[in-house]
Amino acid sequence: MANEFLQLQDLTKRFADHVAVADLSIAVPRGQVLALLGPSGSGKTTTLRLLAGFERPDAGAIHVDGTDVTSLTPAQRRFGMVFQHYALFPHLTVAENVAFGLAGRDGQSRRDRVAEMLKLVDLTGFQERKVTELSGGQQQRVAVARALAPEPQILLLDEPLSNLDPGLRERTRRELRTALTKIGITTVLVTHEQEEAFALGDQVAVLRDGRLEQVGTPIELYEHPRTLFVATFVGRASRLTGMLGSGGRARLDAGADWVVETAGQLAPGAPVTVVVRPEALQFADAGLPGTVVERRYTGSRALFVVALRQGMVEVEAPVRAADVGDAVHVVAERAHAFRRGKE
Amino acid sequence: MSRPARGIWLTLLLLWIVVYPLGLVFLESVRGDAGWTTQYLIAFAVEPREWAAMWASVWISILSVALAAVLGIPLGFVFERVDFPGRRVLGALVALPAVLPPLVGVIAFLFLYGESGFVARTVALLLGLDEPPWQLRGPVAILLVHAYSMYVYFYLFTRAGLARIDGSMLEAAQSLGAGPSATLRRVTLPLLRPQLAAAALLTFMTSLGSFSAPYIFGGGFRVMTTQIVSSKLNGDLAMATVETAALAVVALVGLALLRRTQGTDLVAAVGKGTPPPARILTSPLARWSAAALGWVLGLVLLLPHFTLILVSFVPVGTWTTQLFPPTYSVGNYVAMIAEPERLRPLLNSLWMAAGATVVALGIALWAGRLVVQRRASLREVIETLVNVPWAVPGTVLAIALATTFSIRAPWVGRWVLVGTALILPLAYLVRNIPIVSGSILAGFRQLDPSLDEAAASLGAGRVRTLRTVTMPLLRPAILAGGALAFATALGDFVTSIVLYTFETRPISIEILGALRQFDVGMAATYGVLLMFFSAVAMVVGTRR
Repeated sequence: MANEFLQLQDLTKRFADHVAVADLSIAVPRGQVLALLGPSGSGKTTTLRLLAGFERPDAGAIHVDGTDVTSLTPAQRRFGMVFQHYALFPHLTVAENVAFGLAGRDGQSRRDRVAEMLKLVDLTGFQERKVTELSGGQQQRVAVARALAPEPQILLLDEPLSNLDPGLRERTRRELRTALTKIGITTVLVTHEQEEAFALGDQVAVLRDGRLEQVGTPIELYEHPRTLFVATFVGRASRLTGMLGSGGRARLDAGADWVVETAGQLAPGAPVTVVVRPEALQFADAGLPGTVVERRYTGSRALFVVALRQGMVEVEAPVRAADVGDAVHVVAERAHAFRRGKE
Repeated sequence: MSRPARGIWLTLLLLWIVVYPLGLVFLESVRGDAGWTTQYLIAFAVEPREWAAMWASVWISILSVALAAVLGIPLGFVFERVDFPGRRVLGALVALPAVLPPLVGVIAFLFLYGESGFVARTVALLLGLDEPPWQLRGPVAILLVHAYSMYVYFYLFTRAGLARIDGSMLEAAQSLGAGPSATLRRVTLPLLRPQLAAAALLTFMTSLGSFSAPYIFGGGFRVMTTQIVSSKLNGDLAMATVETAALAVVALVGLALLRRTQGTDLVAAVGKGTPPPARILTSPLARWSAAALGWVLGLVLLLPHFTLILVSFVPVGTWTTQLFPPTYSVGNYVAMIAEPERLRPLLNSLWMAAGATVVALGIALWAGRLVVQRRASLREVIETLVNVPWAVPGTVLAIALATTFSIRAPWVGRWVLVGTALILPLAYLVRNIPIVSGSILAGFRQLDPSLDEAAASLGAGRVRTLRTVTMPLLRPAILAGGALAFATALGDFVTSIVLYTFETRPISIEILGALRQFDVGMAATYGVLLMFFSAVAMVVGTRR
């Protein structure tokens, strides 16, 4: 418990007609970045708003460094927040925006802090600019500087990159990661993009219908998904049906036996869904038989869509590994089996 | 062959009916029978009563802005930010004073709060007084009417402004440590500035040009508009001209000063985001007190309308000292239909308002087409010209038209229209141009220019494109602008009193006549009809 700086305990939030967040418990160690990942409606934004204090939970508590902050207003809580559309104050300059949360300080120390923050986000000299004159990327950096200026204990980011052009996204992501590491602030960010969550988060929590599906490092989630939802939501994956055999093998309806990892207790004979990633599949001389129906180039390698006796898989392989129309055999390096019918 | 600049004909037309008359007023004020003279200007400048009237116009307008803001802004906040039972219905009722023509509002106030109105009679009865407890006279009465009819501008603009503010903007302020009052002061109000400035400008200009309230309630207290009409009716045309020029100058200076406070629309510049949802009152006590307060407010706002309807059933000479009129009949309405002389003002107003509206719509559509065309070099000129009539009080326009069209001089574009059936529709037209242009130009700007091209590429000619694409898309703008213009012209009093002839007298003049003969029932009947037709026009105009 000692190093769990931010703690969410059994948080529950109901709206009139549905439960947005249900019994959510997550702990974030000091200085780490937690990414909340999930499709829209999964409760990730509500969770962030509960953390910021814009919503009151119906049950549960939020602790920061051992102190219960659940009943504090946003103004008392003072978490730094970067909004999806930045919410910069259009009537104020860049410097005035960054200084907004520094009301208690005297003029000189405020100016110093503003300069320091703008340097951090690489906008030195932008003090007197109007925020409406800035590009999207610059606005985003001002929003980060404004949120960090009052030295909050926690930083919250709502879809921090969603408003940027694709070309700008990767660079901004790197810069953001660098800035967060540099100041070592405990951060919670919300995103619906797996790539973003994996690049920014030390820990990633996958949410679905207001519930926590799994929390772990990106590698844990990718290599050892605990639910079918996590396995298919995180990264590309093909799904096949089958039945669990003995000795960690599954008999696929498409006609092969594969070694599979299972999460939780599954008895032999249970109907399962088998999930396999494109890069875990290879063409071979023997294995699951199928026909290549499509080839999509992704650079040096290609993604082959292979029609099986039952179902389809995507195989990542060198571009010349097969042609459309070829009869092929496919083997799996690693696959995961989940109980079917319960998704 | 070099073609004339695009828009030249429309520019000339607008110059002739809008700018030229105003120019002539300024010219006439420094020209006597024997050429140029400053004698009228001096006569104006040395007369303390003129300065008093000018000053009264200005301070009445400033106080009207303050009162309207004090009433309208909090109402706007409550209705936009708090949800309580009856919010929707009341929210619409609160805007009702806007559909009451100025003169009708004034007489409703007279019947309600005047020295022999319902409220005064009730108070006198309760306290056992023989004399009316107060008189509804002078600046206080004028300000009361202004506050009642003009807070709507602040109310509507505040609501519209609040509805556009991104909710996360307020949350950002909170998470940076600002409490509710700091958020209001540092974020919400600065963001509302363009809307509040626009409301202030509208209130100030309306108040500066206000005529009905000062005319009915002013008594010895003169503002510039009543001063002008009084000079004109006394036959002192030269003085009326100087006064008109002076009021026009004040109006333009006020416009310029207030425009500068407006600032740019920053909310539009950042865009995106959604407004915060209205806070729902959950405690039963809060809900019921909000609802009760709301309904009391609604009743107060509707009282003038009810009063008017009640009084319209009073036969002439039957209501003397009683608290409520002792007898009621539909006689006034029957007379309206049965007696041609009673019906005539109604028909006059209807056809003149309709004609003026149709022509104004034509001009606005013409202007709209030109303003969205890049090639039209005169588009900025046209856009300015269509807005000029809005910037000058109705009295000023009336005197300007009376001056211009009282002599025959075709080679300088002057014909005798004063005393004919054409002068009032012309005046209504000029006042209608900015009203319809506002909505129609906005409508044109929202049209995607590639629609025209799409229609053309599908083989539609210009006429077919206009008929099947442009016009249907502009329909809401045409209806909204047309309805507002029609209602304004129908209830016009300020230009009518300067320009009417007996044959073409409109409703407002007839209301005044009925009041002079103490036939309150007939005055109220005309008021009710005016209210009815305005309401019908507004319902048609706001339908989607």
